Amino acid sequence: MKIQKNKEWRAPRIRPKNIELLENLSNAVAVSGDERAVRKIVLSKIKDLVDDFQMDALGNILATKKGKGRNLPKVMLAAHMDEVGFMISSDEGKGFYRFEIVGGIDPRQLAGKPVLVGKDRIPGVIGAKAIHLASSRERKNSISVDSLRIDLGPGNSKKIQSGTWAGFATKFSQIGPSLRGKALDDRVGVATIIALLENPPENIDLLVAFTVQEEVGLRGAKVAAYTLAPDMAIALDCTPSLDMPLWDGKENVEYRSKIGQGPAIYIGDGATLADPRLVSLIRNVGDEYKIPYQIRQPGKGGTDAGNIHKQREGIPSISISVPGRYLHTAASIIRLKDWKNTISLLHASLSHINNQTLKGDRRR
Amino acid sequence: MSNTLKHLKEMISSSGLSGFESPIREIISDAWEPYTDDLSVSKLGSLHGKLFGSGEEPRKSVMIATHMDAIGLIVTSVKNGFLYMDTLGGIDSRVLPGQMVVVHGEEEFPGMIIQPPDHALPKENQSGPVPINRLLIDLGLEEREVAQKVKIGDLISFATEPLELDGNYIAGHSLDNRASVAVLTKTLEILNKRQHLWDVFAVATTQEEETLGGAATSGFALRPTIAIVVDVTFAKSPGAPDHLSFEMDKGPTFDWGPNTHPKLFKSFEKVAKDFEYSYQHAVYSRSSGTDAITLQLAGEGIPLMIVGLPLRYMHTPVEMIQIKDIERTARLLADFISQLDDNFMDTLMWDAEKEEDEAK
Amino acid sequence: MKSLIKALTEITGPSGYEEKIRDFIIDQIKDHVDNFEVDALGNLIVRKGNKASNGKVIMLAAHLDEIGIMITHVDANGFARFSTLGGVYPRNMAGGRVRFLNGDSGIIGMEPGGTIKSVPDIAKMYVDFGVTTKKDCPVNIGDVACFERTFTDLGDRIVAKAMDDRVGIAILIELLKNAKTGPNQIVGVFTTQEEVGTRGAASAAFGVMPDIGIAIDVTITGDTPNANLMEVALGKGPAIKIKDSGMISDPKVVKWMVETATHAKIPFQREILAAGWTDAKAIQVSRDGVPAGCISIPCRYVHSPSEMIDINDVTNAIKLLSNLVSKTISI
Repeated sequence: MKIQKNKEWRAPRIRPKNIELLENLSNAVAVSGDERAVRKIVLSKIKDLVDDFQMDALGNILATKKGKGRNLPKVMLAAHMDEVGFMISSDEGKGFYRFEIVGGIDPRQLAGKPVLVGKDRIPGVIGAKAIHLASSRERKNSISVDSLRIDLGPGNSKKIQSGTWAGFATKFSQIGPSLRGKALDDRVGVATIIALLENPPENIDLLVAFTVQEEVGLRGAKVAAYTLAPDMAIALDCTPSLDMPLWDGKENVEYRSKIGQGPAIYIGDGATLADPRLVSLIRNVGDEYKIPYQIRQPGKGGTDAGNIHKQREGIPSISISVPGRYLHTAASIIRLKDWKNTISLLHASLSHINNQTLKGDRRR
Repeated sequence: MSNTLKHLKEMISSSGLSGFESPIREIISDAWEPYTDDLSVSKLGSLHGKLFGSGEEPRKSVMIATHMDAIGLIVTSVKNGFLYMDTLGGIDSRVLPGQMVVVHGEEEFPGMIIQPPDHALPKENQSGPVPINRLLIDLGLEEREVAQKVKIGDLISFATEPLELDGNYIAGHSLDNRASVAVLTKTLEILNKRQHLWDVFAVATTQEEETLGGAATSGFALRPTIAIVVDVTFAKSPGAPDHLSFEMDKGPTFDWGPNTHPKLFKSFEKVAKDFEYSYQHAVYSRSSGTDAITLQLAGEGIPLMIVGLPLRYMHTPVEMIQIKDIERTARLLADFISQLDDNFMDTLMWDAEKEEDEAK
Repeated sequence: MKSLIKALTEITGPSGYEEKIRDFIIDQIKDHVDNFEVDALGNLIVRKGNKASNGKVIMLAAHLDEIGIMITHVDANGFARFSTLGGVYPRNMAGGRVRFLNGDSGIIGMEPGGTIKSVPDIAKMYVDFGVTTKKDCPVNIGDVACFERTFTDLGDRIVAKAMDDRVGIAILIELLKNAKTGPNQIVGVFTTQEEVGTRGAASAAFGVMPDIGIAIDVTITGDTPNANLMEVALGKGPAIKIKDSGMISDPKVVKWMVETATHAKIPFQREILAAGWTDAKAIQVSRDGVPAGCISIPCRYVHSPSEMIDINDVTNAIKLLSNLVSKTISI
């Protein structure tokens, strides 16, 4: 498929208000199963931008922005609203609460972190035993989740019920060329979709899904794709950049993606083999428009596309991610330029989608 | 917001790591200035505040020592755009991954301590705790800028913001031992409005977390008649052994053991009982783990008392303490100091025959 | 310089028994300094220059002693058991020889046991003098010895036992001979018993009461295969100590050293040492405190019989220290 660059095309601008939106989204706590805080922000932002929207049985937000004309290709964009976090499981008195982990968090990331609990965002901490009281043998083992508590202080004893969700309390910040905050996986995807709705392509019908429960099994995306029944879908996510130096100085060959090298296009991950026609479309657009991109190293992991592509009679799907370091910890770091290039690549690619897009050769 | 809370929040929002206490010393100096007759800085950087008593010269003196230095980290290498680090003071490296920090390079850079992914670690670190020499700091900056602006020996302090919790509790880093400094500030404030015969030496010591050198040298320089060390102690929390940990909101601990002068301990108990202060008994069998270790041995030796403030999660960035405990302890110290008279030292005399009867 | 270091390293002087090395130094410096004395713990205290009103008394400390062994028992067959003086590592003993103060030599033997690859405890080792009876054994309980190993010149790199801290001694001798003191007084202190706990330096500092204290000692490096991360290498200049496990150098002293080196275009390295300390630790907390720091010579294989340094680091250390002590100091 040959792409001709449209000379009229201008990349959507990322303005301070877009970064501010990402900041609000990052600071909001919305652990899988309790996406209220993010849903509220998204709804307030999109309600004037879309033709219609609804909330489905699971809490997904589904919205439509029609293009100009009839029988336009229906393209679904999905980004998940939920983040990894915690759920309070019991009150042990004096401010100590037992908790479970929601989603994939390495238990070694928990000790010594501030958290926010419940919809009132009650501040608390996950403490750790004083080093003076930990034997050297003890320190050879990781601190088990079992031995940790969320501590809201004795003044908040008996205040929180079991089942209440909690998240990391890290505040978003812009640092030089980077953005740092919790839950950038996948608030950056959410903010990307909103940026596109502000600059919608007119050659397609845009069907957007802000999904729930991605971190616990891509659940929201399944029903969202079923309902929207698009012709094709693009999942927007944040993919790990494991691009740190190796301890022995050898070359890092398992980096997944590299920060600063542009949006990561998926060819295959643990859950999806991307539709080859969409892969070549987006790569060709990247080449023609000179927008940097990288191929995410095929391997483990998955995005909402993993469930979207299997709905109904099958939905050709692909994922594009902003590379992010330290996902599923108290904070992740992304490069602002990667996010800008993601929006540009996506916007330019969408502008080249037409009814022939999926008629092409499957071979690359 | 109480003065104590405000003062404490300001102190724990400042740096001032062991051996590099200048930033915190300035804050404490400003806070003590209105309540002291003389302020000076020792050769090792400890802050000496003197409040003269009203007794006749030569006056006796009581030194209250609270260390102002905090635990933190120091840059040991700058490579590939990342920083490597070592600790200043005792830090369990298991609490480091994912911590927000400030790197004091050419500018103050916000940074984050990261645990490299498994494939970047040797096999023995891929599960279990990652040792400090394998952890990295990411400043969110390009490699070139990091190499230009950060160097070996630059300091790294925790960036956890103070958290106010319901019921007069506060959580954050460096409450060990800025909470005790807050006690001392408050004590000075009270003593200012009160008659006391003895001179009071308020000392914010340096290097407690590394060498105990500040207390040793300030003790030698000031040669107080008696000394009181105020430091934090373990509050009850998950994993803390019951016999070594204490309740918050029940007053300070009085620490009994060989760094403590037994008769001074008794006189503290008497004052606490007379003035109806609640306090808790703590014991240590060999060494108190505080400035008392070296302060007791300064010069000819100094009769010494140790007062502890119960604190949860010591040496983590989320230490927790109660403000009321701080204020109560300050009042207790002021009451103790106010009652020191010309004859007080007689009560500390070793008396072999009497000791036999008094043996604990 | 190399010949001075060679001579110094080949003298036997374990902790507490530093007499020979002290006498050698007195001989070297006596015509170049204002006065010298030996204090109660055996420290050699040498003064040069007069302190002007804008000057400082600078204590420069290098330790005389080296690690060694002390005989604890001689058995019926003439084998002598020993304990250690300072940080003697069992794995450095295999196949080694030791020389006693009286000049006698013996070899280190080890009891069988464990595997061929394992290192036994010191308690399983003994000195073999080639004798068969207790009567013929040339040593007695309490006699002391050090490694016996010759000096080797590899060009820029030189190797010897006791480079820790004879290289510091050599630097200090050189300074006392040639350095200009400006408004300052240099008090060169050749300290005793460093390897067993910086004991000599503590007493010396109490007596000297310096305005500034600087130790001159060796530090380990990270420039060998699979070494632990340590950004100090041979040949890249003397190391300005920022921190070790016993002391945090006074930041003002570090700043003074860094600025002086930078200004004089002398190469230097920044040192953070994870384990180990120097005489500066004891000087810093003497009396009411002394602003203290340390200039370290990078050294590989510290506390082995073959400690390696780079002679250029020595030359640069002398340059740096000469610059430091000769000017008006505002700390």
